Amino acid sequence: MSLLQLAVFAAAGILIGAIKKPPPRIRLIVFFSALVIYWLQPASAIRYLEFWLPTLTIALVILVYAACFPDSIREHRNLADLGILAAVWLTVGLLRYLGVSLTSTTPPQFSIIALYSLGLLAAIAALTMLKAKRIPVLVLLVLILTIFLFLKNEHLAQLSSVWLRKLTGQDPALARSFELIWLGYSYTAFRLLHILFDKRKDRLPDMDLAEFASYVIFFPAFIAGPIDRVQNFTKQMRASPVIDAARFIAGMERLTLGIFKKFVLADSLALISLNAINAEQINNTLWGWIILYAYSFRILLDFSGYTDIAIGIGIFTGIQLPENFNRPYLKSNLTEFWNNWHMTLTQWFRAYFFNPLTRALRSAKVEIPLPLIIATGQVSTMVIIGLWHGISWSFVSWGAWHGIGLFIHNRWSTFLKNRQLNSNSAWLRAFGTIFTFQYVALGWVWFVLPSPELGWQFFQLLFGVV
Amino acid sequence: MEQNLPDGKKFVRNIAIKALVIFLVVNLIAAGLPTEKWLGKVSLYHYLFPGRWRFSWSEDPGAAYAVSTNNMDALFTSHEVSARPVPEDEFRIFFFGDSSIWGYLLEKEETLTAYINAANLLTPDGKTVRAYNLGYPTISLTKDLLLIERSLAYEPDLIVWGVTLEAFPTEKQIFTPLVEENEPEIRALIQSYDLELGVNDASFSAETLLNRTIIGQRRAIADLLRLQLYGVLWAATGIDQDIPETYPSLQVNYDPDDSYYDFSPPNLDRDQLALDVLQAGMELTGDIPVLFVNEPIYISSGENSAIRYNFYYPIWAYDDYRDIMANMSWPSNSYYLDLWDQIPPEHFTNTAIHVDPAGSHQLADLVIEKIQEIIGD
Repeated sequence: MSLLQLAVFAAAGILIGAIKKPPPRIRLIVFFSALVIYWLQPASAIRYLEFWLPTLTIALVILVYAACFPDSIREHRNLADLGILAAVWLTVGLLRYLGVSLTSTTPPQFSIIALYSLGLLAAIAALTMLKAKRIPVLVLLVLILTIFLFLKNEHLAQLSSVWLRKLTGQDPALARSFELIWLGYSYTAFRLLHILFDKRKDRLPDMDLAEFASYVIFFPAFIAGPIDRVQNFTKQMRASPVIDAARFIAGMERLTLGIFKKFVLADSLALISLNAINAEQINNTLWGWIILYAYSFRILLDFSGYTDIAIGIGIFTGIQLPENFNRPYLKSNLTEFWNNWHMTLTQWFRAYFFNPLTRALRSAKVEIPLPLIIATGQVSTMVIIGLWHGISWSFVSWGAWHGIGLFIHNRWSTFLKNRQLNSNSAWLRAFGTIFTFQYVALGWVWFVLPSPELGWQFFQLLFGVV
Repeated sequence: MEQNLPDGKKFVRNIAIKALVIFLVVNLIAAGLPTEKWLGKVSLYHYLFPGRWRFSWSEDPGAAYAVSTNNMDALFTSHEVSARPVPEDEFRIFFFGDSSIWGYLLEKEETLTAYINAANLLTPDGKTVRAYNLGYPTISLTKDLLLIERSLAYEPDLIVWGVTLEAFPTEKQIFTPLVEENEPEIRALIQSYDLELGVNDASFSAETLLNRTIIGQRRAIADLLRLQLYGVLWAATGIDQDIPETYPSLQVNYDPDDSYYDFSPPNLDRDQLALDVLQAGMELTGDIPVLFVNEPIYISSGENSAIRYNFYYPIWAYDDYRDIMANMSWPSNSYYLDLWDQIPPEHFTNTAIHVDPAGSHQLADLVIEKIQEIIGD
């Protein structure tokens, strides 16, 4: 995201926040968010991908809505919202004939876009007419996860690239896995999965398409979260008053802080942070630690900077997005760290993976010892979180590193508690903070380096073995 | 952020006005002060990181851990030559010239100066000979003169100035970034040594007020900060250049073209060569001996090699240039070493003046021989 784009987002946020009545305000959020996803989608060597990927994001939003609210989609208000979304992709497509483009390259011919639009309408109709209401939900769950697999696995992404090149008449021999960058898909998928899971549990609030789409593609949080809960988001959208001076200043404060963290601090640290290239070039243990620490602070500042920016712009629009980071490097143990690092992600996994898994293990017919249940729950959750970043052994190692760390901390806490020892002494907490930071920093080695072999090599350098 | 605000709109307006005023005032103050120049003097090199073996310059900063900057102070303060104190038992030789002296496509251990240092030379009175690489990868004698003048503060005992014909045409003198961005220094040199340089050209103009504000200098200031940051990876890796595994190969065959800039055969027009810059260099250095080295060039045996030595030079122009250099009246403490054909063609890399590590080593041996002769004088 560039500073110009941020300025446009801030201006749009203020404009949206200045609208008195919620319905037009929500529709403006949808309209602008839909435009933004086209604007932000990076260029790809595969023809028209910059148009089709954002268009498919919108299609997924509509299809999930139709699956969750099959009766509501035919209501007038929702047809109007559908019209707004369709107007966006049709307008972006028509810009081709005006010689201007919102996407980084020219969109495809309008006849193809029109054909696609008819196909989407047919799919919506089919979904809403199905009698077995659970089937569309299941199909969409599988579809979202399958797309995720194809995007996050290098081999599958390469195969997809070959297939797309054949489809567009381009040379498949030139296909590369990195050509398939679907901006914002991870967070879109999280939100849609959350909705589909909650639909299965009957926990979804009633909402119209504009509210639903606003939640999924809300422009400040589209790229890097945070991942709000749909119940909370909808409540705020409906209640939010017009922007005033206090809200403007609060938003500006967060936005400025975020810009400073991301563009000044994180981007500067990026120049000297550990990466796949310099990991093999460094010849000295001390400098190895320095660039590892640089990376540790860079990733925090980068990510929390983006969160501040999202929260700041969200405040303008009247939506208080949830916090994602709360001084995680000052926490005295790994459990606290994970309760304060990328909080909305960990809450998501806790709700939809860890809790169901441990509940299932506890109620299994064969009695499983509690430590084994905890170990299985923590390690598998963290490995899944690792795999969310990319399907590779490096991310598995990173996840396992944290899963094992969490389990050890859990056993240590139980040990202290059973012996009624004080785990809250200032010295123990200070030591815990340093130790936890070191453990997390070392974990980044697995995260940032592309293979566990290189990670192990760098580990050896850090400890003076090579 | 729940505050009791007297009047929301007024409050926001006041903040906006104050922010604008502060922004303007800070920029105007910066315009009145030599901010960027001053920033160049501040350096973490020699404190947190070792000085660089050659000037920071790069086409890909992220891979080379170096940035190109035109701030002379920053160039010198990040270079090992500025480390203090100067060892008393050191005989300091400063090398100037273009990318061939700097060591384009050579690791820092493979440059001319690195090989000279590896030879562990001693002067007759027992001082350690230490060669410093002060070459800079653009071709202009005026650029070299600018660097030589600045380097005198770092106490050289001998100056080696690598030259090639391409650095001589007057039209090539001032339109190189390092010269353009150090206009006051260049004008002072012109005045002191009565140089015939076209500084009245409109594009070689004085700084504007806007250029001196923080906004105007943002790129230069960012480069200075990056130079400091890259000091970490320079210290951690020792890398200061991104050397690609493959590069476009040297051109071997040429068109039947014997043109060279606006010069006409059979002789170069002396007035269109910056010989006065060379002369100024000799005057500027005073008692410090100067060794001029005519850099080796690639001599092609390909198509039309009867017309051209290489991509740069038609034979008539280069031969005439060598005549000029050989017949120049050198002062008693100046020396000239013509090495134009001393490196075999197979040791050239991507251009007619860049050599490979073996070529660099051979060149160092030849220069060492001459240095020993000078030191022994």
